[in-house]
Amino acid sequence: MLRRIAESLFWIGRYVERADDTARILDVHVHDVVDTADRDDAGRRMLLDVMGIASEGELDTRRLTELLALDESNPSSIVSSLRSARENARGARESISAEMWESLNATWHALALQVRAVELSGPHALFRFVPERSALFFGLADSTMSRDDAWSFLVLGRSLERVDMTARLLSSRVGQPAVAHDWVTLLTSCSAYEAFLRSVRREVTPGLAVEFLLLDRLFPRSVLHAMLIAESCLADLDRSSAPEGRVHEARRILGQARASLEYEPAERLLADLGEWLQALQAACSAAGGALAEQWFGRVSASPWQREGALAAFAKGSNK
Amino acid sequence: MTDLFDGYEVPTVNGRPAWDEMFERSTVARPAAATLHGALHALSRDDLDARATARDGRFRDQGITFSLSGEERPFPLDLVPRVIDAQEWRVVEAGVIQRVKALEAFLADVYGPRHVLKDGIVPHRLVTSSTHFHRSAAGIVPPNGVRVHVAGIDVVRGGDGRFRVLEDNLRCPSGVSYVIENRRMMVRLFPDLFGLHRVLPVESYPSRLLAALRAAAPTRASEPNVVVLTPGVYNSAYFEHAFLAQQMGVPLVEGRDLVCRDNVVFMRTFGVERRVDVVYRRIDDDYLDPLHFRPDSLVGSPGILNAARAGNVTISNAVGNGVADDKLIATYVPDLIRYYLGEEALLPNVETYRPEDPEKLAFVLDRLDRLVIKPVDGSGGYGITIGPQATDGELATARAALIDNPRGFIVQEVVELSTAPTLVGDRLVPRHLDLRPFAINDGERIWVLPGGLTRVALREGSLIVNSSQGGGSKDTWVLAPGRGDDELTDTPFPFGAVVAAGIQPDPGPVDRDDTAQQQQQQQ
Repeated sequence: MLRRIAESLFWIGRYVERADDTARILDVHVHDVVDTADRDDAGRRMLLDVMGIASEGELDTRRLTELLALDESNPSSIVSSLRSARENARGARESISAEMWESLNATWHALALQVRAVELSGPHALFRFVPERSALFFGLADSTMSRDDAWSFLVLGRSLERVDMTARLLSSRVGQPAVAHDWVTLLTSCSAYEAFLRSVRREVTPGLAVEFLLLDRLFPRSVLHAMLIAESCLADLDRSSAPEGRVHEARRILGQARASLEYEPAERLLADLGEWLQALQAACSAAGGALAEQWFGRVSASPWQREGALAAFAKGSNK
Repeated sequence: MTDLFDGYEVPTVNGRPAWDEMFERSTVARPAAATLHGALHALSRDDLDARATARDGRFRDQGITFSLSGEERPFPLDLVPRVIDAQEWRVVEAGVIQRVKALEAFLADVYGPRHVLKDGIVPHRLVTSSTHFHRSAAGIVPPNGVRVHVAGIDVVRGGDGRFRVLEDNLRCPSGVSYVIENRRMMVRLFPDLFGLHRVLPVESYPSRLLAALRAAAPTRASEPNVVVLTPGVYNSAYFEHAFLAQQMGVPLVEGRDLVCRDNVVFMRTFGVERRVDVVYRRIDDDYLDPLHFRPDSLVGSPGILNAARAGNVTISNAVGNGVADDKLIATYVPDLIRYYLGEEALLPNVETYRPEDPEKLAFVLDRLDRLVIKPVDGSGGYGITIGPQATDGELATARAALIDNPRGFIVQEVVELSTAPTLVGDRLVPRHLDLRPFAINDGERIWVLPGGLTRVALREGSLIVNSSQGGGSKDTWVLAPGRGDDELTDTPFPFGAVVAAGIQPDPGPVDRDDTAQQQQQQQ
């Protein structure tokens, strides 16, 4: 597989997951059933902060939706992510199934209508549309893609993004005062509340909620689960790229981060939650960097330079 | 722009103006509803239409429907919420708690020492003649003393603005799932309105119910297994059964999923059978256990009552509670509150006559055309005759039925249901409504869900709000009293400190700079 295609698949996975997660996070922030106007301004600012967006002036839910969902100048807004996913898919059309391309393309074209509907009747339809289209896309990938390297890159991108976004979501709560229901909200934004109830079988407490989202082994949107999937993708890719059994740098970084998370005592994890979440984000970023450098091996498309004697001659003649 | 409130006029009941939940006088909103009124004023008909379409589509997708005469319809949620201010709510809340306390004491007494009968507060024959009095429930002592884990107390509001109790529901009060789903829908349809109000949340109901059910488990169980028992998928309240099980994270079982052996209830689970400690049943007593009640019941669990008697399982709500929510017994509740608690009732009853008293029978037969006749056993609005709206033939039928079986009916003054603006066609018009607050008793304290189910009669002038009779519902907003409510109190973040602000998510490969060359002409 071409490196360019590998990179595109990786980023399609990331962008679709990014749009999906952003919609989920916004949904619970905008439609918080215990929304209390005075306290939520700080919560919204914190959310923007962890998404790395600076903001000034009043920040109501409308503005928050604009910045994180609709703003085309923010490269990780929902709209930008879905555009980038489609652009990447366009460049890799022959490597993905027609169904996958069509679903991303149709999503992009339907998005304009959804964005207009936000003006008319609020953003709730958009926040349902995006996760549904994401589920459709990954469902089509699941049923139309051979389990080869291309599949591994797509799932790797999705999993890495999920780790990063879940860490950001949790970061947005660190240090924030909260009412009891906020922790239910947090779980709900990851579709984890029902799974939590069924497996933990007790009332939601801050500690149990954070632990579930970080460490649950069975729930597919937990950080640990996503890291394990990412690692297994990297292991598969190692096998096809380096039959001699080398461990690629990204796998090493991720495996190390996963192991320290997995085997840290839960109370120590919670005590330094903020640092842990930053370390997770850093690990995702570093793993992404290692992939870009070693596997995707991007060469900058700079024009050819005349070198050697001819160039020296040209220089010399300029004197 | 035409005003949605154009021509809004509060109707009269019994010659007096009804209490309107939004307006003090025509066009002057009550203080608690003023903000809402202002926000609705700014909306056009198209705004409401768009939201109504979104609401119906979403409810249908989620399967939040009910069948009306065989047709499946999205749950009828009216778009205009009902606002109750903090002070008004405090009265309802305290009244409901008081009532549930007294009724718990009454049940413990009736199925125990029977002081209340010996002291002549309630006639003996009244209890024994109730179809919901079950001798088989005597001697079943619930582990934490609670028989009414969940209560739904129906209240209405007269022209004077006072809340009065219409009836108690202590068996399987239903509707709370709609309260929660209505709220979830409203925050999606009108997120801005919730920014303007401090509305007490209703989301904690399932976790509080679960806590109460766990507290009611036999003492043996350290990690009690709670299940919800449903008659099955064809029951009209099945949506609610599934909703509560899912929101509590406990299994939803049918009778055939349970098996009783040696007075222990097991769940027929894959692998090892799991023991069941608490059954939150949404099946009537009659169908619960064919060994004790209707032998033809296929939806019950044979032997469950003996297991409860042996102290191996808790049935919630308890068997035999119906004796206390019998409409005739309800007329004695103020006496019961005095008898058990030494207090005066905070919420009065709707004026009710007991035709089984021959004097009262004569009295009501005289003025039947001005009264409401209700069967003692009825629910869902079936079998009610409303005197002022009945035809001569209907009145004659009711009269004959009353004479034939006076124990089978109660007769009430026409209740003055309050009104609230409700969207009908393209305008907001006054429609009558009631309120069903829900209370949960965990043995330590009785908690009342802020608000409850507001049901609204969609036909003009109608006083029957049951959804089986074409009624709708409204989201019920109890405004927070300000700071200090435990549901809305922030607690500091329990662990870790804030770290530096984040950086943007990594961007993908930037756009290529050879776009122009790629765009070269193709021949």
